[in-house]
Amino acid sequence: MPEMTLIDAIRQAMDEELARDKRVFITGEDVGPRGGVFRATVGLYDKYGPDRVIDSPLAELSIVGVGIGAALAGMRPICEIQFADFIHPAFNQIVNEAARYYYRSNGDWNVPMVIRAPYGGGIGGGLYHSQSVEAFFAHVPGLKVVIPSNPYDAKGLLKSAVRDPNPVLFFEPKKGYRLIRGDVPEDDYTVPLGTARVTRQGSDLTVYAYGMMHFYTLQAAEKAAAEDGIQAEVIDIRTLAPLDRVTVLESFKKTGKALIVHEDNRFMGYGAEIAALLSDEGFEYMDGPIRRLTGPDVPGVPFSHTMQDFFMPSVDKIAAAIRELAAY
Amino acid sequence: MATSIQVESRIDDTGVSLDSALLLDMYWQMLRSRRLDERCWVLHRQGKIAFHISGMGHEAIQVAMAFAIRPGYDYALPYYRDLAFNLAMGYTPKEFMLAVFGKQGETTSGARQMPSHWGSRRLNIVSGSSPVATQVPQAAGMALAVKLRGEDRVAIADLGEGSTSEGDFYEGLNWAGVHKLPMICVVQNNIYAISVPVGLQMAVPNVADRAPMFGIAGAICDGNDVLASYRTVKEAVDRARAGQGATLIEAKTYRPVPHSSDDDDRTYRSREEVEQWKRRDPLARFQAYLLEKGLLTQTRIDEYEAQARDEIDAAQAGAEAAPYPPPEAALGPVFASDGV
Amino acid sequence: MPKLGESVVEGTVSRWLKQEGETISEFEPLLEVSSDKVDSEIPSPAGGVLLKIYVPEGETVTAGTLLALIGQPGEAVPEKLADQPVAMSKPAVPEVSASAGGRGGNGGARISPVVARIAAEHQVDISRIKGTGIGGRVTKKDILAYVEGRSGTAPSPALPEELPPWERPGSGDLFKPTDDLYKPPTGRDDQPSGPASALPAGEIIPLSKMRRLIAEHMAASKRTAPHVTTVFEADMSAVTAHRKANLDAFAARGINLTYTAYFVAAAAYALRLHPIVNSRWMEEGILIQPEVAIGIAAAVDEGLIVPVIRRADELALPGLARQINDLASRARAGQLKPDDVQGGTFTITNHGVSGSLFATPIINQPQTAILGVGAIQKRVVVLDNDAIAVRPMVYLTLTFDHRVLDGATADRFMADIKKKLEEWEG
Repeated sequence: MPEMTLIDAIRQAMDEELARDKRVFITGEDVGPRGGVFRATVGLYDKYGPDRVIDSPLAELSIVGVGIGAALAGMRPICEIQFADFIHPAFNQIVNEAARYYYRSNGDWNVPMVIRAPYGGGIGGGLYHSQSVEAFFAHVPGLKVVIPSNPYDAKGLLKSAVRDPNPVLFFEPKKGYRLIRGDVPEDDYTVPLGTARVTRQGSDLTVYAYGMMHFYTLQAAEKAAAEDGIQAEVIDIRTLAPLDRVTVLESFKKTGKALIVHEDNRFMGYGAEIAALLSDEGFEYMDGPIRRLTGPDVPGVPFSHTMQDFFMPSVDKIAAAIRELAAY
Repeated sequence: MATSIQVESRIDDTGVSLDSALLLDMYWQMLRSRRLDERCWVLHRQGKIAFHISGMGHEAIQVAMAFAIRPGYDYALPYYRDLAFNLAMGYTPKEFMLAVFGKQGETTSGARQMPSHWGSRRLNIVSGSSPVATQVPQAAGMALAVKLRGEDRVAIADLGEGSTSEGDFYEGLNWAGVHKLPMICVVQNNIYAISVPVGLQMAVPNVADRAPMFGIAGAICDGNDVLASYRTVKEAVDRARAGQGATLIEAKTYRPVPHSSDDDDRTYRSREEVEQWKRRDPLARFQAYLLEKGLLTQTRIDEYEAQARDEIDAAQAGAEAAPYPPPEAALGPVFASDGV
Repeated sequence: MPKLGESVVEGTVSRWLKQEGETISEFEPLLEVSSDKVDSEIPSPAGGVLLKIYVPEGETVTAGTLLALIGQPGEAVPEKLADQPVAMSKPAVPEVSASAGGRGGNGGARISPVVARIAAEHQVDISRIKGTGIGGRVTKKDILAYVEGRSGTAPSPALPEELPPWERPGSGDLFKPTDDLYKPPTGRDDQPSGPASALPAGEIIPLSKMRRLIAEHMAASKRTAPHVTTVFEADMSAVTAHRKANLDAFAARGINLTYTAYFVAAAAYALRLHPIVNSRWMEEGILIQPEVAIGIAAAVDEGLIVPVIRRADELALPGLARQINDLASRARAGQLKPDDVQGGTFTITNHGVSGSLFATPIINQPQTAILGVGAIQKRVVVLDNDAIAVRPMVYLTLTFDHRVLDGATADRFMADIKKKLEEWEG
């Protein structure tokens, strides 16, 4: 089974879906001959032509709005937003339109579309190429929000997203595009949306994470095990909305201690929802305070690497948080 | 600052050859929309319904649109004033009454949306929302799908002139021009966006002046002349179907009533202006035309009026008798399941 | 039920002028409605036969409620309102205008279209006019003379229910809370219904609307505000002399110069000096009213009514006297409009006219104080040099809300009124 990078797995998913279903097409800035600014669509334009891989105008609102229209008319668009930081002009179309179509039409009209965007910091991107935006969209009923942490999941989850009859936001941790490698079967498989995964078994505490932070969390868990004998259980959330509450709660019942790691700002970040869920429905199993390790509450990831590194959670920071919670 | 408009009071039927049954049907659609609309004002003033947003004065351009496309085949993305359009497409007064009363069985949204938020899978009328102009890029997307599939459908979206100030309008029409999409965008310019006059909305005298900016065709018509409007929309539809791209149509019209049921239009315009435009009422003009052509008689008019009244009375009675939705209906449906 | 004033949301049907089955012409007076103690006459919006009355006399409904159905004889009439609404626009086939002049079989005089129109414009009850036409018919001349004979009544604007609903503008708020929409309109307090046998012996006088309103208002006022009354006495010699000297000059200008005008003038002057009296108590704080609007309590057949003089401090004596004349005569004729009795910030009540020396009036909520004026009576007084004189004196009582004012403040206010009256220079 070939090993490939996160970005390759994403490309392979799109390639296979384009081949499998004539209704699927890709649109976004620079997705055509250039193959995307992260080369997510390299080769697809040559293979499928300008009617399946369409270079859009520089206009996020209508990349999404046109995608919605195409989806309403029976297509399966994959809309790429070049950086999650630039998704905000499309917020109205995503939140007021795509998310609400099914509910407001009493099930008459649905919007089967995928909006993909690279997200997250650690690549010297400053305030406007490093943002995490998952909290805004996970908050909206009617949207699905998916964040893969490894190539296997990325391919399987993206295929599921394309086949889902609802609007799915697919945020890809850009720092991990080439950093994260893994085995990916070449055949047609899917990973179901709405399922979290236990990626490391343990009993001392549970660490919940997604995206790049899950990648670091696994390393931090190994470090804590090797150096301090702490056995952390790690959960990869994968689908932020709708959340796999069962897996999340089962692990907490087992360990009694929860640490949530995300690089997004702390206040009103996704971790707050997990914390609320655990304290509400896992109260009787709680053995320690529910902790969150996150980016600080400042308006963006700074550019200069000393400040950027201060902002971003790291393997060492996660390991320290694991130790501290385990010792409680 | 109202745009000064040269509008004919006669009907311009140049180049329009519709048989008399169709002409009478156009009249009927305009009439029943007007009467249904009036009834909803009455219901609001009686305190029976919470909200009504009127399409009075806009009947001509809307009926023209419905007659120029193929209902149930082409894609339509209307806006909140389009009562006449929807009725002419096949929406019924009973359905509308269920919507204004918010009753169970309401067909466009299960009474989850305010009235005048249209939608019908059957008629290919896309479910509408309240943020304006969002339907323009969506219409472009539907037209793109049509083009990618090689079909001869068109997508028609319409909105008010105020909504053309939104970014969505520009981005959607930009796509339409770049990809030569089979799309028609109709702007019903009634000179006021609630209270804001068109002179504060745009610096150009006509919305359609913006068409070249997108590389698409533009056209202006008298929105209170149903046949002139029909000719203009039909040309654009034919152009789109023939693969020659999109058209931005501006229909000049007027809103003789306040924006919605609780608006007070005395605060922003004069009674004289309203009276002046009432003399160009689209229904009255078409009626005069049909009388002149011998297609209508006073007897026939009375029959239509009686028919409209009966239809509306029955619709109202049916809606008033219908139950409200159960409270738990607020909870769904949120997600489509596979197989949809 | 039409909207009878700026903030008036309901009205009571006081009297149907037509009964079911009677023919009525467009603009002919159809019923009388009342609100805030003011009566208005409503002309019919259409001609035809009054087929069904839905709201009986004495019932209070919200503005917009359907009151009656007018149509053609023999039309099916629903018992329930829900089934068959009345379109506000005129019937499609107009036949009324031809027969508007005729009103057969009821023994009354004919009403011509122009008379009906003038009656509608001026809210005139034609039955009050003596007709000089054939058979006692009220002619155009008769009604014009009647209208001109009434003082100070401005022709009222086109009544709301003549315009279609979309030309009767809304409130301006595009959305409002829906809490009250889905409940039926509530009427006034229900009549307590006890079994007849529980009532004591003696005559029961039914409570008129006005009596009920007065009762509610007085009881509520006493409950809300701690009432204290302070009494002053003023020497009215200067005022009496001024009045005597100016009576004829004012009469020549059509003004009846009453003592009331002087009291209003003095009160307005003192209110300007002591704004704290021109106020109202609110939880957020004491609201100092920006305008001085003095209400003058007037006795009418059924009780009391308090028409208001707006901007009383900006009017000189002639202006005040003229307004007082106008309001008093319209009050007696029952022709006050709802806006005439709203918006007062201070009230003066004259119990002297009925002989009372002094009384302790009840505050007119939501105001802070009320000035009572007693009978002007010649009394023996002791002057500063201990001499004895006979002067026309009057007791002035101020009942005030002790939450807002203390005795000292109230007395300073009264001292200024007394001074103004005693040193009147015109």
